Amino acid sequence: MNLQSVKTIYLAEMARSLRTVLQSIVSPVVSTSLYFVVFGAAIGSRISEVDGVSYGAFIVPGLIMLMLLTQSVSTASFGIFFPRFSGTIYEILSAPISYFEVVLGYVGAAATKSVILGLIVLGTARLFVPFSIQHPLVMLLFLILTALTFSLLGFIIGIWADGFEKLQLVPLLIVTPLTFLGGTFYSIDMLPPFWQAVTLLNPVVYLVSGFRWSFYGSGDVSIWASLAIIVLFLGVALAVISWIFRTGYRLKP
Amino acid sequence: MTLSANPTTMPKQSSTANGNAEGTTPMIQVERLSKTYRDGFQALKEVDLTIRRGEIFALLGPNGAGKTTLISVICGLVNASSGSVKVDGFDNATQYREARERIGLVPQELTNEAFTTVWDTVSFSRGLFGKPKDPGHIENVLRALTLWDKRDNRLLELSGGMKRRVLIAKALSHKPQVLFLDEPTAGVDVELRREMWEVVRGLRDQGVTIILTTHYIEEAEEMADRIGVIRRGELVLVKEKATLMRQLGRKELTLHLAVPLEAVPAALAGHDLVLADEGHALVYTYDVTHQDEGTGIAGLLADLEATGVRVKDLHTRQSSLEEIFVNLVRENA
Repeated sequence: MNLQSVKTIYLAEMARSLRTVLQSIVSPVVSTSLYFVVFGAAIGSRISEVDGVSYGAFIVPGLIMLMLLTQSVSTASFGIFFPRFSGTIYEILSAPISYFEVVLGYVGAAATKSVILGLIVLGTARLFVPFSIQHPLVMLLFLILTALTFSLLGFIIGIWADGFEKLQLVPLLIVTPLTFLGGTFYSIDMLPPFWQAVTLLNPVVYLVSGFRWSFYGSGDVSIWASLAIIVLFLGVALAVISWIFRTGYRLKP
Repeated sequence: MTLSANPTTMPKQSSTANGNAEGTTPMIQVERLSKTYRDGFQALKEVDLTIRRGEIFALLGPNGAGKTTLISVICGLVNASSGSVKVDGFDNATQYREARERIGLVPQELTNEAFTTVWDTVSFSRGLFGKPKDPGHIENVLRALTLWDKRDNRLLELSGGMKRRVLIAKALSHKPQVLFLDEPTAGVDVELRREMWEVVRGLRDQGVTIILTTHYIEEAEEMADRIGVIRRGELVLVKEKATLMRQLGRKELTLHLAVPLEAVPAALAGHDLVLADEGHALVYTYDVTHQDEGTGIAGLLADLEATGVRVKDLHTRQSSLEEIFVNLVRENA
């Protein structure tokens, strides 16, 4: 393992986030806070408890998940897309470094940034609504697994995209709608039975549910189903990345 | 830049960091290398090439001949369709770590991360190649390339020539044993081009093997120890520059006459002379390959005197590499 190379990519990517601190950290924190103000304090005060917790507290895990998914995908996709776009990818490809190490550097940095953001948003949320976390270790596990998995997805998008439009396509048209429809703002018990069944096809439901379970001890689906889905996701993302590097897809002609 | 006059300014490159160094193993060994792109275009056809340790090798060829593809395959940017590449004895596919850590690559395009500083980008390259931090070495490299004053500048603030130097600095940051320069002086002004040549010579003097592709024949003529000509994916020729010039070069002796002639005098007919400049000059062409047998110049001069043709001035001219190159490409067309 060429740890020095991994560390170099990792630190360069983290430095890029710090260089653009307003865009990378302040902006997601501000936008998530707005959700808390509008949905939690303003509208939430008129909604009775959901699953035994106040509405403001109910939406906290879902909102953190929403931010985590979009940030992981966009950071990781931009991280690898930019060298491809600018041409500096030549250096990565000609370095004495394995594909696994390249992924570790880029995805590790994107996931780290997302986890840090998740924790910052968690702290921010606490300023708006009171809540407690019943299973902090499970919460952390979910946070890390989700950040990692969606950073891998972002890495795949960054390699697949051949322009800025495609880079935005998946986060905007897939990740955000799936999260909104994934029980972020409601419990799926509130839906009619048909839509409950349809919703269960949305993988994000399992992530939000599992994450919420770690907070309040209850979720829309079993915690084991949530864990199984996130691990399955991780496996699929790793398989796709391994295929990309084996075939040189979009990287090596 | 005064590298040759002040060799201490250039960081010493490691040429003995492995078991093969100083040995008989060639620096680069390319065997039966072919590359066909997905669209069916065959960029390389069974190329065999050996690059010796410590030489400057110039790869010449028209646009689209396969120069960049060849470099890209050796450096790991493009997968080969068949054949093998060994760098210092290490296979670049199965032993890619050992092979690649010996290589520095300066790409043709001026690619860089616009918002990074010179210092950071060069340090990044060193780390990427798995080397621990060495600010002293980075400083030496930057000073040698006259980038030291620009170390805190962001890359977008630099001129094209400076960006080119940054790419060279990045390639040298991990002390490579072999440096690939893909069109190093494309779009660079004459003065800077000469400075680059000095840098390259300085590196060669320290044992770094240099492989450069170029459009500028002048560059190859000025720098290279050996020259390879690639055309339509085939290496049509690899020769010592001097041998190539000697073998393929023709020399012309032009005799400027004091009194113009209307025709070549019959007494000189055996010398294969051509009348030029409206009778003011006689041109004698001879092949330098047959120098051992005599050029015939002595006999010609004697005959001129005997015939009473008075020569005012004379000069000789040897074909440039460019003429040789053009002829070669034309012959193979």
